Amino acid sequence: MNQIMQTAETGPSTDSAKAAGGEAYNFAYLDEQTKRMIRRALLKALAIPGYQVPFASREMPMPYGWGTGGVQVTAACLLPDDCLKVIDQGADDTTNAVSIRRFFQRTAGVQTTEVTGEATLIQTRHRIPETELVAGQILVYQVPIPEPLRFLEPRETETRKMHALEEYGLMHVKLYEDISQHGHIATAYSYPVKVEGRYVMDPSPIPKFDNPKMHGSSAIQLFGAGREQRIYAIPPYTRVHSLDFDDYPFEPMRADQTCALCGAEDSYLDEVIMDDEGTRMFVCSDTDYCGGRLEAGHEGQQGDAT
Amino acid sequence: MATTGLEGGFANAPVQSAQTFRAVLNAMAHPGRIETVSAAQPPLPMDPAAGAVLLTLADHETKVFLAPSVDSDAIRSWLTFHTGAPLVASGAADFAIGHWDELLPIDQYQIGTAAYPDRSVTLVVTQPAITDKGTVICGPGIQSTASLNIPDTALLDFNANRSPLGIDMIMNAGDQLAAVPRSTRLFDREKR
Repeated sequence: MNQIMQTAETGPSTDSAKAAGGEAYNFAYLDEQTKRMIRRALLKALAIPGYQVPFASREMPMPYGWGTGGVQVTAACLLPDDCLKVIDQGADDTTNAVSIRRFFQRTAGVQTTEVTGEATLIQTRHRIPETELVAGQILVYQVPIPEPLRFLEPRETETRKMHALEEYGLMHVKLYEDISQHGHIATAYSYPVKVEGRYVMDPSPIPKFDNPKMHGSSAIQLFGAGREQRIYAIPPYTRVHSLDFDDYPFEPMRADQTCALCGAEDSYLDEVIMDDEGTRMFVCSDTDYCGGRLEAGHEGQQGDAT
Repeated sequence: MATTGLEGGFANAPVQSAQTFRAVLNAMAHPGRIETVSAAQPPLPMDPAAGAVLLTLADHETKVFLAPSVDSDAIRSWLTFHTGAPLVASGAADFAIGHWDELLPIDQYQIGTAAYPDRSVTLVVTQPAITDKGTVICGPGIQSTASLNIPDTALLDFNANRSPLGIDMIMNAGDQLAAVPRSTRLFDREKR
């Protein structure tokens, strides 16, 4: 009588956890009730692109700021046959990425990869992979502060009204003040975007170099903010416009260098300080992209440039 | 005591609800795309796809409205046993299930508020069949255009006039489903 098991629907099912990873967790850690709540929020988020849907974020076994929002979105979307990639500022091998990847290996038993093209679901902190995402892939962003207007207007009651009334003048004033002080729009990350001509949205602290990749992407983009309890989304093939002015158009920015390891001229670069003398090295922030180019025989200056 | 209400749920809830949700997610992200789900066997005449959607998304926090064709004792007890969802009148519903004709008029449902447009109904509309022929639609999630046999294009006009408020729809037939979120537009209207 497999019907008996259905009564356990709202509780952790040890059977599926055993099948998944041998640990005593429900599949993908979260209980089914929590997943249903997150899933409902995700569907409304997709239906209203760029709008922040409140959700009852749970405590996760990691501190806020380590991707608790992204982890909950990933857990609600994950299938046993998914192939998961986790990146932290482009890198697959940093603490945050390694621990989240291991978390889902243990609690969901999913396959993992470092290759962008092999992944069906990618959780990211503050980067979009250099390799273009394709249809069928899901990109989950970890978001610290989902409200783009928060540092301009601290009251949630007011920012909610501003979104309702489509009152985004304050954001343009902020960008204008950038120009009057610095001569150009100095915002370099978390660069605000307007989605489908309606909601202004914080793309999470990705460098503005990555902003154009959100526009018309074939992948599903989901955003989870755990501490702030918000979920939002960009469906595929959606208009994502980085805010700007006619006379000061949006410009993506990257260091005017090539990668010291692979010689890439088109990737986003991290600056690495080499010694006390001021020696610097620029390397791809996307480790998979850089590794792929090295395998293909590309070569940079190997960091010897001084 | 009849046991029909106990049967026909998910045998492996975490995995089957994840599979059903991914199908709904893909459908909602790609309006017009037809996805296949299986797993739930709700009492007739409710479709397996509609049943799977309810098992995946409904619980004691969501109010469900059953239109007359699916408002039977068997379906009520099945839904209550498996989800615990309170059954309510149409105006209060988070999910409304039935055929298009009996779900009318559409202005009786919650469409959200300006501050919280997400607090709106999702219609789960049972159709004889879902085909990729019919109304030509465009909007977020659609690369250029898509075609879908939407029961009534009045819904698209209704949503367009109230954006970003509105009603989201999941169409189902047998074990197939497709979604029409409020962001979907009639291609003819958009062209100008």
